[in-house]
Amino acid sequence: MQLDSLDRQIINTLQKGFPVSERPYHDVAEILGTSETELLSRLRKLLDDNYLTRFGPMYQVEKLGGTFTLAAMKVPIERFDSVAAYVNSFYEVAHNYQRDHDFNMWFVIATEKKEEINNVIDRIKTLTGIKVYNMPKQQEFFIKLQLHV
Amino acid sequence: MFNKNIDEEKKSSEIDDIDRQLIIATQKGLPLDPRPYNEVAKKLGITASEVRQRLELMLERKIIRRIGAVPNHYRLGYRANGMTVWDVPDRKITELGKKVGTLEFVSHCYQRPRHLPEWPYNLFAMVHAKDRSEAMKMTDKIAALLGKDNHGHDVLFSTRILKKSGLRLVSKTNDY
Repeated sequence: MQLDSLDRQIINTLQKGFPVSERPYHDVAEILGTSETELLSRLRKLLDDNYLTRFGPMYQVEKLGGTFTLAAMKVPIERFDSVAAYVNSFYEVAHNYQRDHDFNMWFVIATEKKEEINNVIDRIKTLTGIKVYNMPKQQEFFIKLQLHV
Repeated sequence: MFNKNIDEEKKSSEIDDIDRQLIIATQKGLPLDPRPYNEVAKKLGITASEVRQRLELMLERKIIRRIGAVPNHYRLGYRANGMTVWDVPDRKITELGKKVGTLEFVSHCYQRPRHLPEWPYNLFAMVHAKDRSEAMKMTDKIAALLGKDNHGHDVLFSTRILKKSGLRLVSKTNDY
């Protein structure tokens, strides 16, 4: 599927926010100069085709008493896949990315209680024998909400 | 500074059981139905106006960052996702972090702890570009902005997503 200009407008507009009204899709469709039905069918397609990963409220874990951190490891390349499988097996590991660097594995650990973070880190360390670098955010300067397409 | 007001933080995190159910019902997404809040209300056995009111309140309390669409950078042509990392003086980090955060191509900007000697970097800024050369130009711009306060930097490009389950906020059984 190729994106046309209405698709792009929908992506750009819906990143900014969404009304909390009786018929919010109708309200957004009016702004975009299209119909509610058209907006809904395009949005469904954008989600199905994975141009959008999600549509809805974005909750902040920390505000709900949960906590998360970013952790990194330097995994020997021959052990990479088995270590990845072990790290991913933790329910608390939400995202995990390979990056091309000595520090080649980067993952987010999310838990309901702060002390659980260290438990996860300790278990990974113990079982893999590889150091886990805990890099929790200390200050957040900015999070952009939008990607212009 | 980031520990600002514990009482305020505590108060803002208090949610009741209906809020919790509302979060579980919507954390994967809003129904694609002309009246999405009515659909959610039906599931919870409350009125649509209560759903809307509760969402508005959670927006005000910043429990919800916003309601909207999350783009898939990679699918939309932003193939080079670089984590740029910087070693800057700790005493100036707030000022520098704010400056870097305002650059339009920086999506996230954080202070994180160094792990000396292997990891000297304390400022992280994510850049998203169509390709690596564009990402490197962005990195050069950050370097120029930091000037002599940049004591060293690196860029880590993601090469593979190993896991992406999203942050499950409330229920351990209701997501995935």
